[in-house]
Parts: sequence; C-alpha cells; structure tokens
Amino acid sequence: METCIALIPLVPLLGFLILAVAGGKFDRKTAGYIGAGSVGISLVLALIAGALFLRSLPGVSSYSVSLWEWISAGELRADMSFSLDSLSLVFCIVITFVGFLIHVYSIEFMSGDEGFSRFFAYMNLFVGSMLILVLADNILLLYFGWEGVGLCSYLLIGFWYKEPENGYAARKAFIVTRIGDTAMIIGIFILFVNFRTFHLDELMLQVNDKWSVGSPLAVITAALLLFGALGKSAQLPLQTWLPDAMAGPSPVSALIHAATMVTAGVYLIARCHVLFNLAPVVMTAIAIIGALTLLIAGFSALGQHDLKRILAYSTISQIGYMFLALGVGAWSAAIFHFMIHAFFKALLFLAGGVVILVLKEEHDIFRMGGMKKEMPLIFFTFLAGSASLSALPLVTAGFYSKDPILWYSFSSATGNFWLWIAAFTGAFLTTLYTFRLVFVVFFGETKLKPSFQPGKLMTVPLAILAFFSIVAGFIELPESFGRFHLFSSLAENTLPAVTVRETGYPETLFQLLSALIVFAGIYLAYLAYYKKPSMSESFEHGRIHRFFESGFGFDRLYDVLLVNPLVWLSAINRNDIFDWLNIGLARLTVLGNRLFSLTQNGKLRWYVMSFTIGIVLILTYMILR
Amino acid sequence: MLTVPIETMLIFAGLLFLIGLVGLLTRRNLIFMLMSIEIMFNSAGLVFIIAGRHWKQADGQVMFIFILAVAAVEVAIGLALLLQVYHHYKTLDADSVGKLKDNNQ
Repeated sequence: METCIALIPLVPLLGFLILAVAGGKFDRKTAGYIGAGSVGISLVLALIAGALFLRSLPGVSSYSVSLWEWISAGELRADMSFSLDSLSLVFCIVITFVGFLIHVYSIEFMSGDEGFSRFFAYMNLFVGSMLILVLADNILLLYFGWEGVGLCSYLLIGFWYKEPENGYAARKAFIVTRIGDTAMIIGIFILFVNFRTFHLDELMLQVNDKWSVGSPLAVITAALLLFGALGKSAQLPLQTWLPDAMAGPSPVSALIHAATMVTAGVYLIARCHVLFNLAPVVMTAIAIIGALTLLIAGFSALGQHDLKRILAYSTISQIGYMFLALGVGAWSAAIFHFMIHAFFKALLFLAGGVVILVLKEEHDIFRMGGMKKEMPLIFFTFLAGSASLSALPLVTAGFYSKDPILWYSFSSATGNFWLWIAAFTGAFLTTLYTFRLVFVVFFGETKLKPSFQPGKLMTVPLAILAFFSIVAGFIELPESFGRFHLFSSLAENTLPAVTVRETGYPETLFQLLSALIVFAGIYLAYLAYYKKPSMSESFEHGRIHRFFESGFGFDRLYDVLLVNPLVWLSAINRNDIFDWLNIGLARLTVLGNRLFSLTQNGKLRWYVMSFTIGIVLILTYMILR
Repeated sequence: MLTVPIETMLIFAGLLFLIGLVGLLTRRNLIFMLMSIEIMFNSAGLVFIIAGRHWKQADGQVMFIFILAVAAVEVAIGLALLLQVYHHYKTLDADSVGKLKDNNQ
C-alpha cells in the first residue's frame, strides 16, 4: 500500500525525466509509449491503492508514507511525504484515469508535431506535479505541486512558442495565477508562524483547537488561501487567463485547463475545510464568487465564436458551480461535480480538438456545420458530453452531480434563494450555450469537409469518456429518489456532511424545475440556431454579443486599471540609478577601448617614439625621486 | 696603459645609443632602422664592458657575448622579415607597411 502511494506520483515524474533527458533519441512511437505508459502505470497503482483503501475503510481512513526529509531548519520542517485519504484518492484516480486517456489520445493528435517528445515530457511532469499536489501531506509540498502544475500550464500553453500570441497567453496565465499564489504563500506563512508546522492534518487539528469561529486570523488566512484558489481555478476576479490559455494544444486544454489543474483550487478549499469552516464570511464569499462567476462565464460563453473558448468559459462556469457548492458547505457535492466535470469536459475538449484538427485548425464554429454526417462517432460522443454538461435529467451523470449543487445552494444551512436563482439561471445558460455549440457545429449544411477521419487512438478514449459521462452519475443518487450514496459516503470519510435546513419545499420540486429549464434551454437553442437562424442573427452581431465575447470586458478593465499604469511606471523608471551605474561602467569601458586602440595604429616609428617617451619618463622619475 | 676616465666612456656609449635612437626615429627605410637597432645594441654592450672593467669582473664580458648572440639572432630574423616584407609590398618604407593595426581607426 505504502509503496503504491509513493509510486503514484513518482512514475510520471520518472517518465518526465526519461523523456526530458533522452527524448530526442527515441522515435515517436517509443516516446509516446513512455509518456502514456507512465501515466497508465500510475493509473493501475492508483486503482490498486483505491481497492486496498476501500477494503480497509471503516478502520483506517488515511494512509501516509514518508519518503525523505525535504527541508529541515530548526522548527521549519517539511518532509517529502504523501498521504492518501478519500479526498485525495478521488482526485488521484480522476487525474490518472482522465490523464491516461488524454495521453493515449495525444499520441495520435500530436503525431505530426515536431515537439512530440517535449509534449509528452511536459504532460508527464504535469501529471506528476498534480499528483504531488493532491497527495502531499504537508502544505509546503502541496504548494510545490501547485507551482509545478502552474509551470507545466505555462509551458504547455506556450507549447507552440513560435507564435508570439501563444507566448503572450502563457505569460498571462502564469502572471495572473501568480497573483493568487502570492496570497496563498502568505496564508501558508501565517499558518506556520502560528502553529509551527506544515503538516496538514496537524495544522487542521490545531486550527480547530486554537482559533474560534470568525476570529480575525482565521478569516484572513482563509481569505488568502481562497485568493490562491481563485487564481488557479480561474474564478472572479482572476478568471481572465483561462480563455487565453486555449492557445495550447487541445489535449492540454482538456487535461490541464478543464479536467484537473483548474480544480486544484477546489481541492485546496476542500482540503482545508476545517479552516474555512471557521471563517463563515469567507464561506459566504466563496458561494457568492462561485455564483457570480458561473453567471458571468455562462453569458461570456454565449458570446464566443471560437469552439475552444466556449468550452473554456464553460469550464470557468462549471468550476463556479463547484465553488458555490463549497461555499454552502456541500463539500462532497463539489468533489462529485469535479469528478463528473473532469469526464465530460475532457471529452468535450478532446472531441472538439478532433473537429478542429480535421478541419485544419478552424476554430470558428460558424464556419463549421454538418459534422454529424461527416463524423457520426465524434458527434455522438460530443452529444454525450454536452448532455452531461447541460445536466440532462435522469440519463446523464451531469444531472446527478449538478442537481445536488442547485438543491443545496437553496437548502443548505448557509444557502439562500438568491444563490439558487443564480445557479438556476446558470443551468439555463449552460444548456443554451452547449446546444448552440452542438447545433451550429454538428447540424445544418456542411461548410468544410474534414480532411481525414480520426483513428482508433483518438476515438477509443472518446468513447470511454462518453461512457463515463453518462453512467458515472449513478453512484450517487439524490435524496428524493434512489437514495444511493456511494460517493458521498466515501467522501465523507474526509469531508463533513452538508447541513440542511428545513425549507418547507420538497427537493422534487426543484429537480422538476431544473429539468424543465434544461429542456427550455435545448428548445431555445434548437429554435435560434437550427430552426430559425434569423432569431439569433441580431444577437450574434449586436453590441451585447460583443460585450459577452470580451468576457464582460475584464481584460480591458485590467488593462486600464493595472497593466497600463504598470507599463507606464516601468517606462518612467526605465533608467533608474542602478541602470546609470551599469551604463556608466559600460560607457567607461568603451571609452578606454577607443583610447587604447588609438595607440595601436600600425606605425612602427610611432611605437618607437612611444617607447622612447616612456623610457624617458621612467628615467626622469627615477632620477628625480 | 692608457686610462680613459669612466665618465668619458659612458658619455661615448650614451652618444652611440642616441645616434642609434635618432636613426631609428628618423629613418623610414627598414634596413636603416635595423642598423640603428644594431648600433643601440652595441652601445648597450659597450656599457657592460665598461662596467666589467670598472669593477674588475668578467661578468660584463660574458654579458657582451650574450648580447652579441642575441643580436645575431635578431638580425637573422629581422632580415628574413625584411625580405618577406619586400616581396610582399615591393617597398621597405616603414610607414607604408602599417596593416597591423586596430580595426576601428
């Protein structure tokens, strides 16, 4: 068991090392096998660990393994040690499972790319770092993994680095998330200064003992950690980097910017739930931020023409749902939605990636169309993902994961009517933009012919993901029917259960409402984008559309508020005093060079003359001394 | 034996050196410059002999033989170079053989 846990993150890291050191030496096939194989091994290990964990469940609810001492200086002590409990187990299995499928898919997707082994090296490093993040048993190691995935995200967004815009998008992602990370490390410092330990379990015990509910330190620390989570998970106000992050290859968007890395913030908050429970203000803030984000991102998704940007905004919006669930204390609902979201969003990105690839890098959905006839398999998998994303009632996994969030946003002890309204409107928007995408891309007349048909390495992962997007929801059925709680009973080994207040309304009523809104959304999308395209014409070219397309103008706002003043300041400060020192030194050297090179003029008698003058001077000095 | 005061001898050697130096500075023909250098060599050798005689020691004479050898070598190399220079430039003017200089002039 212990060996398994230790090997889960180490195998992908080993794969990274091999590919990074000797990647150029392998042919494509071997590099792909190493890349996908290491994640596959990791998946098998995670499954074994999971099976062992489940068998020992009622007795032991967490395992830990210490590899070596990482930092030790006085009281400051952090070990390279991992611990597995139900929360990290869920994350581990999702990361390795979805990661493995995406790696297999990438073997074919990237086959024509010159940076093939570099791609797999980065991807393996990412999976390794992400596993370190979720398995870390001290918060410093967690931060290490956190930064590791940030680095990989940067490297992979800018993977096609020859286009300057991709480099720009990569830098933007790195810098924006860095703002959150800075807040987070300050929060970690506060925790350490107060409790003299980095160990997560110990930290949470002590937090619970020493800080009271609502004490200022608890609120500040929770707020700082939350800010870190906001940056990584692309929530308001740090959401602007994610749509631009779509500059990377589609598998990267699927793995990093949809399924796993962006949910690290959700993991962090769930991991530190004890601390967050002590700060009710911050919890309310999380719920409100989640609700606002899901609305804003939903509207923005409606305004995009780029297939991947629609999915990116949809990701932001779905993580908004997770934050909403965290904020109202529905911990396991958030983690469940994370898992289902990982399946269907990875599926959507991969299927979308296929469409973009076969249409020769065409991103604009309005120049696509009729893909249903051209690529039926892609259509059906995409449809499965879309249905799951828009939470089609009863048959899709998305329904079982999203519906509890809607219900708890109203019925949990900290939930209220307005949060529910926001989540409800968000559900309508989700359906609308998802089926807008489906109808525009897959129905109607064919505008572009696919240049080739995707092979097995791409379609099989899609089919598997489609399968899970539909059936994975059945492991957790709502209170009103089924009452089957496999997932939450697992998650609640680590996370507290949600506290429900008496609302006076039955849950079934809300489920009916959200079912109706889904069908309303599909019908509206059908009308506006298939039956009568004239309906959507005025919207697609209107001013509101442009506002939505710019993501509510956040980029421009930040440009005006932050970027431009900073650029202006640095332009002023371009030649500060230290520059003067350095420039002066350089000038002096150049001057000296000019002077001395004057004496090197190639005239023999000039040299003799300078000898003579030199000797005379020396002699004069010696005589007169 | 005729004794010449050491000052006279040193002044003579100094004059010899000056003649060589002025020749080196004023002449433009490389052969004359080489000859002027020889004169300066000899004046230096002369000073060694004068000093050896003054202190009644053989070291001065030994040094002079060294200088003679060095001068012979120098002349051999110098003349060889002059031949090459002449082949190359068809002139022995020291001022027109000035390619060995810093580029940014």
